[in-house]
Amino acid sequence: MKVVPTPEVIDPIDTRGSGRDAIGLGRAAGEGLDARHGTILSLEDINVSFDGFKALTDLSLYIGVGELRCVIGPNGAGKTTMMDVITGKTRPDSGSAWFGDTLDLTRMSEVEIAQSGIGRKFQKPTVFEALSVFENLELAQKTDKSVWASLKAKLNGEQRERIDEVLATIRLEASRNRPAGLLSHGQKQFLEIGMLLMQDPQLLLLDEPVAGMTDAETEFTAELFKSLARKHSLMVVEHDMGFVGTIADHVTVLHQGQVLAEGSLETVQNDERVIEVYLGR
Amino acid sequence: MNQPLTLTAAQKAGPKLTAVALGAVLAVLIAMPLLHLLPADHALHVSAYSLTLVGKILCYAIVALALDLVWGYAGLLSLGHGLFFALGGYAMGMYLMRQSAGDGLPAFMSFLAWTELPWYWYGTSSFLWAMCLVVLAPGLLAFVFGFFAFRSRIKGVYFSIMTQALTFAGMLLFFRNETGFGGNNGFTDFRTILGFPIAAPGTRAMLFLATVALLAGSLLLGWKLARSKFGRVLTALRDAENRLMFCGYDPRGYKLFIWTLSAVLCGLAGALYVPQVGIINPSEMAPTQSIEAAVWVALGGRGTLIGPLLGAGIVNGMKSWFTVAFPEYWLFALGALFIIVTLFLPKGVIGLVRRRGEP
Repeated sequence: MKVVPTPEVIDPIDTRGSGRDAIGLGRAAGEGLDARHGTILSLEDINVSFDGFKALTDLSLYIGVGELRCVIGPNGAGKTTMMDVITGKTRPDSGSAWFGDTLDLTRMSEVEIAQSGIGRKFQKPTVFEALSVFENLELAQKTDKSVWASLKAKLNGEQRERIDEVLATIRLEASRNRPAGLLSHGQKQFLEIGMLLMQDPQLLLLDEPVAGMTDAETEFTAELFKSLARKHSLMVVEHDMGFVGTIADHVTVLHQGQVLAEGSLETVQNDERVIEVYLGR
Repeated sequence: MNQPLTLTAAQKAGPKLTAVALGAVLAVLIAMPLLHLLPADHALHVSAYSLTLVGKILCYAIVALALDLVWGYAGLLSLGHGLFFALGGYAMGMYLMRQSAGDGLPAFMSFLAWTELPWYWYGTSSFLWAMCLVVLAPGLLAFVFGFFAFRSRIKGVYFSIMTQALTFAGMLLFFRNETGFGGNNGFTDFRTILGFPIAAPGTRAMLFLATVALLAGSLLLGWKLARSKFGRVLTALRDAENRLMFCGYDPRGYKLFIWTLSAVLCGLAGALYVPQVGIINPSEMAPTQSIEAAVWVALGGRGTLIGPLLGAGIVNGMKSWFTVAFPEYWLFALGALFIIVTLFLPKGVIGLVRRRGEP
């Protein structure tokens, strides 16, 4: 039998190569994080409302690679809602949220966002209470997290070393085999931070990390965060001004879902409007 | 090292003691069907009644274990596991009905004046296909139900209520004669299985041994799962699902896997229950049956592997004694038992044994 070669037909409506993928927009532009332009997180004109209550109004915020940013603001300013938007828990009504230059956070699921490199510490320390400290860190480890992988997973020497390293960093070596539920409040905070470290995220969101810590623990946390900055980018929401003063090079003040002021802590503290919001007239 | 000597001794003895106890129970369970084969007037003869009763309880123990995998480990309380058990039972029942009907139609279909088998009965005269159905019917139903439930993030009491509704709907469906499963009489009057008479001592002994093997296999599987990273992810899922998601795990796959596996185990248990007990009808899908299964697990101790087995054994053992001695008081006794365990033994019966061993 003779094979008749089919002539190349040019389909006039073939759109391959002309879609948005090809010109560098959208998630499909590249796998993983691309932050070559120096900005790891860009929030632009974000609006969120719950039953008519405007939690965030035209919020815009940019965080640079390796930056340690503190976000302060009175209760109800929208700090936690902002974190919910970044981690995919809440979808904004309008506006855009980009992780690096290519990842559109408003279109990704919570799990995808976590896997792409954003770690979050909750306001209330949340650890796996029935598991030991070691197992908590094991689960947080950056690795294949599919069902199959978990069924077969075995820790290798390198992974064990990494867990030991983090245990040393968060000073919980002595409690490695204790159930996490038996830890003190401060220790749980550290364990949760340790779990974030295991995940090795590019951007860490920390919601009131030193709440309920002793002075010594707070001081140690400040040291820890400072050592993390530059390698990672951090966004810390905190009420403790003393703590903010020790770590922040850049502070953002939120008020009623908007950025009220931005700059060094000193500039911000001397800002008329900030004083007004915090102290009232 | 610096713990009191007695404590370390107990900890060291713990696993060994458990292994010895398990081995002893297994030996008894294997001996029972063999003793049943002895002549009826022999002193060590085990009666068909006792063998069937224990076989039935073993099937329930598998259900308890399967329920514990989803409830105790993953935190999903199912109040509809009776449905999966009954589906496995019905699949086996279809084969047994075809065996006793020979080339004709099963008797209940002749009564309805049906002239041919409904499409879903085709192939059920083959034992192999019936075994496939035993796995597929509960497995597929659980998979589809779980897929939508977990995708919609249905949790807690809402999930429990939906499973309860599911088994209730199943029961109503199977009650209808038109469904083609014998209506409220279900299937009974089985004669042979694989050509062997179903009530012969040898067949009974084989069925019993198969049940013991399934129970041992399920226990081993549960033990492997609980020790794997998968098991730890399930525990994490139960305690802090949000945290787990922010660690980058997608809970849906994990839930769906354990949920479907649990349903399949129930189906297999149902398939072994039917030939031993000799009947399957829609009352197995009654909501109370599934709730009782949850009581077994809670009573034995959820989140452990041995606990649910103990719970199923204790409750069903008491039930068979009570319903003979004081039939009208059984439900009161069950209620009292449940209250006592909830108030005084939050970790179940197994908690009593463990309390001493753990630091």
